[in-house]
Order: sequence, then structure tokens, then C-alpha cells
Amino acid sequence: MNYFIIGFYALLIGVSSLAAFYQKRTAFLLLFSLTLVSFIMGIVGGEAMLWSVTILAGLIAFSAGVSFSFREFLVILLPADLAKAMRTAPLTAGFGLFVIFTYAIAGIFAPIIAPYGEADVISSAFAPADENMLLGADQLGRDMFSRIIYGARNTVGLALLATILAFAMGATAGLYAATVGGKLDQLLGRVVDVIMSIPSLIFSLLLLSIFGTNTVTLIIVIAIIYAPRVFRLARSVGGNVVVMDYIEAAKLRGEGNWYLIRKEILPNSSAPLIAEFGLEFCFVFLLVAGLSFLGLGIQPPTADWGSMVRENATLISFGEITPLIPAAAIALLTVAVNFVVDWMLFMSSGLKEQ
Amino acid sequence: MSQDKTILLNIKNLIIEGYSDEHWIEIVHGIDLTLHRGEVMGLIGESGAGKSTIGLAAMGFTKDGCRIGEGSSIEFDGMELTTTPQADLQSLRGARIAYVAQSAAASFNPAHKLIDQHTEAPLQYRIQKRLESQEDAMELYERLRLPNPREIGFRYPHQVSGGQLQRAMTAMAMACRPDLIIFDEPTTALDVTTQIEVLSAIRDIVDQFNTAALYITHDLAVVAQMADVIKVLLKGDEVEEADTKSMLENPQDDYTKSLWAVRDFKKEQVPRPADTIPLISVKNVDAAYGDTPVLEDVSFDIFSGMTVAVVGESGSGKSTTARCITGLLPPTKGEVLFQGTPLPPDYRDRTKDQLRQAQMIYQMADTALNPKVKISEIIGRPAAFYSGLHGPELKNRVDEILDLIELDPSKYYNRYPPELSGGQKQRIGIARSLAAEPTFIICDEVTSALDQLVAEGILRLLDKLQKEMNLAYMFITHDLATVRSIADEVVVMQYGKVVEQGPKDVMFTPPHHAYTDLLLSSVPEMDPDWLSTLLEERGVDSNTETHNP
Repeated sequence: MNYFIIGFYALLIGVSSLAAFYQKRTAFLLLFSLTLVSFIMGIVGGEAMLWSVTILAGLIAFSAGVSFSFREFLVILLPADLAKAMRTAPLTAGFGLFVIFTYAIAGIFAPIIAPYGEADVISSAFAPADENMLLGADQLGRDMFSRIIYGARNTVGLALLATILAFAMGATAGLYAATVGGKLDQLLGRVVDVIMSIPSLIFSLLLLSIFGTNTVTLIIVIAIIYAPRVFRLARSVGGNVVVMDYIEAAKLRGEGNWYLIRKEILPNSSAPLIAEFGLEFCFVFLLVAGLSFLGLGIQPPTADWGSMVRENATLISFGEITPLIPAAAIALLTVAVNFVVDWMLFMSSGLKEQ
Repeated sequence: MSQDKTILLNIKNLIIEGYSDEHWIEIVHGIDLTLHRGEVMGLIGESGAGKSTIGLAAMGFTKDGCRIGEGSSIEFDGMELTTTPQADLQSLRGARIAYVAQSAAASFNPAHKLIDQHTEAPLQYRIQKRLESQEDAMELYERLRLPNPREIGFRYPHQVSGGQLQRAMTAMAMACRPDLIIFDEPTTALDVTTQIEVLSAIRDIVDQFNTAALYITHDLAVVAQMADVIKVLLKGDEVEEADTKSMLENPQDDYTKSLWAVRDFKKEQVPRPADTIPLISVKNVDAAYGDTPVLEDVSFDIFSGMTVAVVGESGSGKSTTARCITGLLPPTKGEVLFQGTPLPPDYRDRTKDQLRQAQMIYQMADTALNPKVKISEIIGRPAAFYSGLHGPELKNRVDEILDLIELDPSKYYNRYPPELSGGQKQRIGIARSLAAEPTFIICDEVTSALDQLVAEGILRLLDKLQKEMNLAYMFITHDLATVRSIADEVVVMQYGKVVEQGPKDVMFTPPHHAYTDLLLSSVPEMDPDWLSTLLEERGVDSNTETHNP
């Protein structure tokens, strides 16, 4: 028994008693079950286990604090109507926004933030972290930290462009099909079925080996692969909107299809499309990473998180976590984007009224 | 059956609060309500009066985002519902208190048979075994005068008509023989002819089982038939309460009197102008959806400055005729003439000017206005589209139209439709059609989704606009009270055919065509004995299904 363990249990029990005293049901249940679980963990894992529980709780508390401050910061900064939406946002959304903000800063100011160039060999292969290199060196002796910063620019930028293109194509075609209907609808529908019936990875490998691997082709190929899903969603959502009386009124006024799509249908189907954007962005991200991993994505020496995982994979066998860092960067962004999308969905679905 | 008259429901100082804009706002301000066993209380008032909220509160339930305020007491048969735990409340609902919603079609699960949904509650509360419960359901169906009571339960909700579904729903509410049933506008969505069947069925069954009921509606004539006591509500406050007879004969409060007076609006009947070409002339029109014929040989004329009311039950082809005129459904035979020249059958072939001349106002303002577009743009678009106005001119025009429909431009210019009330939305719908500067407007059931006071306002507005701009209206409705107040000529439709047409005064004086007579006699009147008298005249048991295809 040392002071840490005594303090650990004393704190947990004390705080849960306080929660019980002040009738905070949820907080009490959470804290007290944590206390009970810690008993078992303390017996099984000893002090080390309790340390990891403490660190984990600290991390969660820290991110909650950061999210809270970031949210308050945005509330003060934003104009009135957006600030109101921000104030009611859950902490997860604040967290997501903060992470996205950090990634954006990293990507935009990469050359200033990164201590070395993304292709500069500055050390021996797999050198461990020292005062020059925060995260050590990769398989060629390049600074891991700098490459991760540059990777934010390359990987995220590419995924973002590809998703936007996929949405531009898919949503336009989908809403057009919903508005016009008939043969064109059928034709587009079947084309989409064909594209969707081919496994996406194999299809992209095929296209990339035909057209060659450069950034523009990569973006277009990914957009083509992901546009069909957007098409389907846009078409079905649009289909529900087209039957409304206001569309009939607009048609009877003599409005053209483009006006109908832009002014009448799109504003009413944006909520699910935005949600889908968040999801697709993550999938595209993973596909880019996957392609890079296979060597058909972003070409070396350009830094890219997907290929960084592959290149440093051997280190795993030595118990190093270096290859996991770019993977974690991908995972963190995915989680953050989905937090924000959840919140947007929540706002636009009218659930906020309840 | 012994008539036990003890107090069943005793609500004291009921306060209900709703959460909006991060604040709790009181929406029902301390209502007292006492209901005895076997008594039917009518709750009336316009939308937003808190009728449904009080109805739900009687089950100890509030909608999401609402809560029952401090100091309220809801006592049901000696049990205080505000402090009863959720689990106990749940077993109370369905078993001892039942709820019949406005739209039976939306309340039944379309994936299960009627009888399976009927037996769900009795089985769950272990009141009856499945077979017993089915037997009981059939008996209730028979009492509610549903056709084929032994088989109808094995159909799915979409396989029976709206009126039958509403009765099946009432039967379902009766399944556990509850002490209290809450009827929330059960007949509002139904035709007059169907409404009668449902009303009489509900009244009989409530009578037979000595069930107490809260009957929520905005239709005075209906509540007069159903209720023993009437309570009038306005914006969450009680206006007055009295038994039906004295309430009808001698209302005390000004607000109640204004409700009673609504049906007085009547416009001057305009005679048909001689020797002019009709503005719109429908000539021998046949139409079909796919292979199903819906219209057969429909002909009528509409002159400038006149209102032609087209009446009939749902499915009679009123709206389809409108679709033929607008060109949404090209007729298979016959033609539509505009000032003597035939219009192209498909709206896509019509010129911008032809489209401008004929505008439409829809029944459901909710779906007729794009919720994501500002009022200024909804009204401004037709003005910009047809007249090419823009900038300050367009803004002036929109302000002018908003003034016309009696909405303050500075207040409503930048709003979105969901922020408006039902009546205001309908006014915006009218404004949108006016912005096109038409000569002819089709009004498709424009008042049927509105409260009587609001509806009357809309009718007066339409009348005013007609006089100012010499507009012609085609007024589609199933409500004969509306026809009485606004029509110049009447066209009666049934099964896609015109059965009778003529000037209003002729149409409303006997002799009528048999179908017109049925429609006319089915309009509820304020006399509390009207339903009983009518049913006696028609012979209750024989007629209920005769006009229901």
C-alpha cells in the first residue's frame, strides 16, 4: 500500500459520496461503478493498472476541458445566431471542432511548423526520438514528426478534394434523376449499380493502373468510386422532396429543372447529405490510406499517413509504437469528423426541440 | 348496466410548461377539470389552445419537451398521476385510459393486421387470452357497425377505408374496457358522410360501457352531438364551462360567442354575367391514372369574378379535375378552354402567360411552402419570374402583396414558413398565387386544415381579393358550410362525374339530387339532438355502408 493507491481510492469514494449527497444520479453511478471496477483492477493488475486508469481519466478530463474552452472560445467569437447553436453543442462536437481546427492549422502552416522538410534525410534509419526529433526517424532517417505534419496537408487535402468532387457529381446527378425521373433516372441508376457492383479497391487499382498514378487521377478515380453512394442517397432523399406541393407549385410556375434542384430540393435534402459527407470523407480517407499502403496512392517521397504506416510497419515487431502514430492521426480525425457530423445531424433533424 | 356516477378524473390547477429557446414557457395555465364516470366532456378551442396537451396530461403524459408544472394535480380514480412512477403509468395507459388519435391511418402499424394490433394490449396486460380477445374484438367491430365484423380484423390497415379505420381504432381503445377514453379530433380528417358513421358509433359505444370520455375537437357542431359538458379553451386558459345545452343556447363569454358566430359569414351571390365567354371552360373531360378512369365527362364553366365550388367526398374526382385544368394530368378526352381558346393539355407545353393566369392554393400550407425559403423569396419569386421585377421594385411589390393579405411586411419579410401559424401560412400561399397576377385561382380545400375562426378570416380575405381584382375561384371543398358562405355556383361530384350543378341558391333549395341531399343532411348542425334525429330518419343500422364504396 502506498500513498498513490490510498489517494486513488479515497478520491474516488469521496467524490462518489459527494455526487450521491448532491443527488447527481448519473455522476454517482459512473463514479461508484468506476470505484468497484478499480477494486478488481487493482487486485488483478496492481498499481500499474491503477496508474493507467488515472492517466486515461486524466486524458479524458483534459480533452473535455479543451473541448469546453474551445467551445466557449467559439461562442464568444462567432456571430449571434451561430453562437447560440454553439452554446447548445455537446462537448464531443467541441472536441471534434478542436481536432479539425488543429489538423487544418497543421496542414496549412506545415512548412513553418515542421522542423525539417518532408523528404530530408537527417538521421540514421529508425533512429529513436531525441531532442532533434520528437518522434524519432522513419525507415530512411527522415523526421517522423515533420512527415506527420506534412501528411496532414497531403492526405487530408486529397481526401477532402476527392470527397467534394464525389459529392458534386453524385448529388447533382442524384437530385437531377429524382427531379426528371423516367428513363434518365433508370439509366443513371443502372450505371451506378454497375459501378457499385465492382469492389472499390479492385476497381481503383484497375483505373489507377490504366491511367497512371498522379494526384489528379487519384482524386478523380476516388470521386468516381464514391459518387454512386452519394447518388443513391441524394436520389432517395430528393424523391421524398419532389412530391411536395411546393415543387408542384414551382413546376406549374414554369420553373426549369436547375432552379428546382438548386432552390427547392437541395435546401430540403442537405441534412442527410451533410451527414453522408462526414462519413464518406472518412471512408475516402481510409481508401487513400489503403491505396498508399498498396503503393498506388500518393507517391514517395511525399509524406502520407497511409504509406507511413506501411513503411514503418516492421517496427511493430520491436515493440515500437512509431507506425501507430500516423494510424492514430487517421483515427483521431475520423472520430472528430464524426462527432461534428453527429452534432450537425442532431441540429438539422429537429431533435433539438425535444 | 348500472350507471355509476362517481368522479373519475379530477384535474386541479394543471400547469404545463414547454421548453423552447432554452427556457421553460408555461403553455397551459392552471386548468381545473372534473369528469364523472360515463360523462363525455368536449374540449374545444383553436389550435394552440392546449386541448391536446390537456388530453395527454389526463393520462399523466406530456409530449417530449413539455413537463407538468409544480402544484398541478391529476387524480384518476383516486390515484395521483403526477407522482405515480412511469412503470405504473404505463400499465394504466391502454388498460384503463385509452387514446384515439386524429389520424387512424398514421396510428396503426401498416405491417400488422388490425386484430393483432387490437389484441396487443389485452394480451400484454394479461386481461384476456388471444382467442378470447379476438372474439371480443369481433364483437366490438359488430357493435361499431363495421362491415363483416368477423373478417375485417384480419385485414391490414390499408385495406379498409378511413372511416372504418377510425372505428377500428375506437374498438381498439375499447379492448381493455377502459374507464376513460381520450378522443383527439377523431373525425377531423374524414368526410361529412363518413364522419356521421364514426360519430354515432363512438357515441353508442361510450354509452353502452358507461365510459367517460374527453372529446377534443375544434368543430362546435360535432362536439354538440357528442358531449354532455363543454369546456372552451383559449391559449391555455379556460374560457368557460357549461353543459352542452346551456352552452349552445346561452354562451357567456365573448370569445365563445365569436366561435358561435363564425358560421354567419356569407357573401353576396353574384349572378352569371350574360353574353360573355367563360374564363375557364371544362368541356367533356375524361381523365385516368394509368388504366384507372377517374373522371368521366366532366363539364362546367367558370366566369370572371365568380366562385364555383366543387363539392363531393374524397375520391369523387374534385382534385383530379383541378389537375386537369392546371395541366398536371392531361385529360384523355375533352379539353379545357381559357377565354375560348383551348389550353395545351400538358402544363409543359403552355406558355409562361398561360401558366401565370391560373394559380393554385393548396390544402396543406405546410407542404405547399418550401420550409427553407424566406417569405420574401416565396412571394418574390413569381413576381420576379413573370414580371421580371428585381431590386427595390421587387421588394415594393412583395410589401404590397403582404399588405394585401394583411400581414405586416416589416415583420414577416425575412421569416421562414415554419415560424408562422397555420392561418398565416395559408395567407402566404394566397400571396404566392397573387404575386403572379392571375385571373383564375384554384383553391384546393384551403380552409379544411384550419380552425373555424382562422378559416373564416381566410374566406373573408379571398372574398375581398375577388372583389378588388375580379378573380375567378374554383373552390374545391367537402365542407358545405364553406360552400354556403363563399360560392356563387356549385358543382357536385360523385365517382368522377358531375351529378348536379347550378347557382348556389338553386342548389341549396330542394328538390336535390339524392347525393346532394345526402351531403347536405350530413353537415353537422349546432343542435345537440341533430345526430339522433338524423340517424332516426335514415334508420341507423341499414345505411352505414351504403355510400362507402
